[in-house]
Amino acid sequence: MDTQRAVRARGITKCFGDVVALDGVDLDLTSGQIHGLVGPNGAGKTTLLGLLLGLAVADDGSLEVFGRPVGRALAAPAGVAGFVDGPGLYPSLTARQNLQALASLRGQDRRTARVDEVLEEVGLREVADDRARGFSLGMRQRLGLAAALLARPRLLVLDEPSNGLDPAGKKHVHGVLTRLAGEGATVVLSSHRMDDLEALCSEVTILATGRVRFSGPIGKLAAETRELDYRLITSDPEAARRLAADAAGVRVVDGEAAWRGAEALVVRAQAPALERLVARLVGENLAIREVAPVVSPLETAFLTLTEEPEEHMDHAAQADHTEPASHTEPASHAEQAEQKAQEADR
Amino acid sequence: MTVTVVEQDVIPPGAEEEALRVPVTRAYRFELVKLVSQWRVRLLLLVCWTAPGLFVAAVDQQGTLPSDTLFGRWMHTTGWAGPLVVLGFAGSWALPLLVSVVAGDVFAAEDRLGTWRHLLVAVRSPRRIFWAKTLAALTALVLLVAGLVASGVAGGVAAVGNRPLVGIDGHLLTPSDAAGKVLLAWACALVPTLALAAIGLLGSVVLGRSPMGLLVPALLAVAMQLAQMLPLPVALRLALPGYAFVCWNGLFAAPTQLGELLVALAVSLAWIVVATAVAYRLFLRRDFTNATDDGTGRRAGVLAILPLAALLALTFGVIAAATPSTGSGITQAKVQQSVATAFAHLYRMQTAQLNRPAVTEAQLRATATCDRSDGQVDPVGAGNDWRCVITWHLPGTTAPGNAVYQLNIASNGRIEADGDGPKEVNGYFLVHTPAGDAPNPLWQFDGNVELLPTSPKG
Repeated sequence: MDTQRAVRARGITKCFGDVVALDGVDLDLTSGQIHGLVGPNGAGKTTLLGLLLGLAVADDGSLEVFGRPVGRALAAPAGVAGFVDGPGLYPSLTARQNLQALASLRGQDRRTARVDEVLEEVGLREVADDRARGFSLGMRQRLGLAAALLARPRLLVLDEPSNGLDPAGKKHVHGVLTRLAGEGATVVLSSHRMDDLEALCSEVTILATGRVRFSGPIGKLAAETRELDYRLITSDPEAARRLAADAAGVRVVDGEAAWRGAEALVVRAQAPALERLVARLVGENLAIREVAPVVSPLETAFLTLTEEPEEHMDHAAQADHTEPASHTEPASHAEQAEQKAQEADR
Repeated sequence: MTVTVVEQDVIPPGAEEEALRVPVTRAYRFELVKLVSQWRVRLLLLVCWTAPGLFVAAVDQQGTLPSDTLFGRWMHTTGWAGPLVVLGFAGSWALPLLVSVVAGDVFAAEDRLGTWRHLLVAVRSPRRIFWAKTLAALTALVLLVAGLVASGVAGGVAAVGNRPLVGIDGHLLTPSDAAGKVLLAWACALVPTLALAAIGLLGSVVLGRSPMGLLVPALLAVAMQLAQMLPLPVALRLALPGYAFVCWNGLFAAPTQLGELLVALAVSLAWIVVATAVAYRLFLRRDFTNATDDGTGRRAGVLAILPLAALLALTFGVIAAATPSTGSGITQAKVQQSVATAFAHLYRMQTAQLNRPAVTEAQLRATATCDRSDGQVDPVGAGNDWRCVITWHLPGTTAPGNAVYQLNIASNGRIEADGDGPKEVNGYFLVHTPAGDAPNPLWQFDGNVELLPTSPKG
């Protein structure tokens, strides 16, 4: 058994009547990793997460969680927690009562359970005695996360956990997930918020119509996709524009940066060309204040991969399926450049 | 790519998997916490534990009595009449409504809140969830019914007093006997309550988030109320799951009329078993992976209704075959027997209240001659056109006494007799009782016709 591998899915197929929700999905999740699941509505994300939680059983294929084959509904092994389709909370109970009831259900002493600790962790300590009925969507999401944390999960499965979160809530949730991953737990989450996924996830899987379109490190997406538009803010916009216009593989996109004023410049390039431009700007003693993709690589990849014709996607997916989410492959130069750009952006 | 299909028996039923499952006791506590946290359940608990007592105490302060309700005319005489009046009302309306709110919503609430998946992940066993929810609903209902009993008894005994109760056939029950039978009557009413609860659970499972699930027990109770008013054959009346709500009054006769009650309780038990089993089966068949599926559907509806329809037909057939009468069960002989018996018992009571020499029922040798519409209608069945002439004898006198009563007989066999002369015997006048002045007990009285032809002696 691979002790580093939390989940190994091969050829997972799940149908609901005539609807194929998952079609031969492969997925590998490594311990200590935050893995994002992206896809348009109806892509099969929730179904896949439901399988991990043991809510359903695949019609075909194999699924292993912590090295144990999962073949029956509700047979997911210990250490798996989370929620799909929103957190399950009882509005007539307070936040604390929701968690205490859950702790009692799991056989924990409701007085000694880590209820206050997890409420603190998700930033709900001050409203612990308020009924969940009055909670906003973001607060409900955080309470759902707290409920999952009570189980001390080794695999945390979250469906759209960022829905409705305000910046403070987002900070709490991101902090919790990052800490969990740092402690060796595996987190898999679905989201339509590309910025969240880019900020949190080391790897993503893009699903469309029940099939995997991409699975791997986010940095690899830049190489997989076409040119991106980057916003470039320097100390001398005119000089930067002139140099960008002269740079090979770089095009200046007019009009895109109007909202940011004359100091912003938008260029379209692949990562290597952008990297060369940045080096030249630095060489010309221009201070670079910001280099960031106008649309995130993940979002670009999402739009590209989920809108491509079937044949092209099949090819891309097949290539990725050979070893999804593998960390062993060294990142290419372009990937490294992309990662650097992202780090600069952050 | 090689595809591996994981068979169901790949995972051995090991200790780890079993350890993940939550015991029914813990899931039961969880369900109870959820139920009790609902404001409407708390409100019902408060009402059930206070309203009957307040009602009985309030009636004691009033000049008029709810005489149209069984035992209502004795509410000023004894504290044990109050809880029986409450039972009569509860069997018709309150208990079905309680069942609707508790059992009719116990499964549907999870659909409404979208918490099924959360619960399944936590408990990991639909079977245990089903039994936990069922037991929690049962507990809540028992608590609510216990409140009705306790409050009614406490209010009655505190406000009116622990005095003998006049039975359905006019005989006197000692306070301790009355207490035991009041509790037994409520216990009997609990059985059809649970039958309605089982049907409510089934409705809650089948109808999902539809509000119809909540209304199923209440609608069924209304339908049964309407059915009780119709001239149905006895066998069909007894085959209804709620008939025990109305036939507990046989406990207050001497000898006790147990036949109908036992049959009705057996029928209610059968409904509990069948409805719960169908609900269990449909619940386990439900696909919880599909968030849009709340278990509703034509097929589920048919699978729920067919077994219950079959049970109704089966119980009707068995009762009809086991008892010789499939008519109304109300015959001239039974009416005459019932009225004469009640009259004799109450005559003794009147004699004591008027300080006359005591007589026994045997000395009175009371008989009744009853007909309908002056003999123009066959003397069978329910109706308000019954008329009885009662004849009795007093020691030392040769001429028998005669009294006339107009009867209103309900289709469930309940008799309301209204004195029609002579006024010295059954007119309205006040008599002195230990509880104070009260109307002449022979003026108006209740009786009961046992619908089944025979009755075990109690």
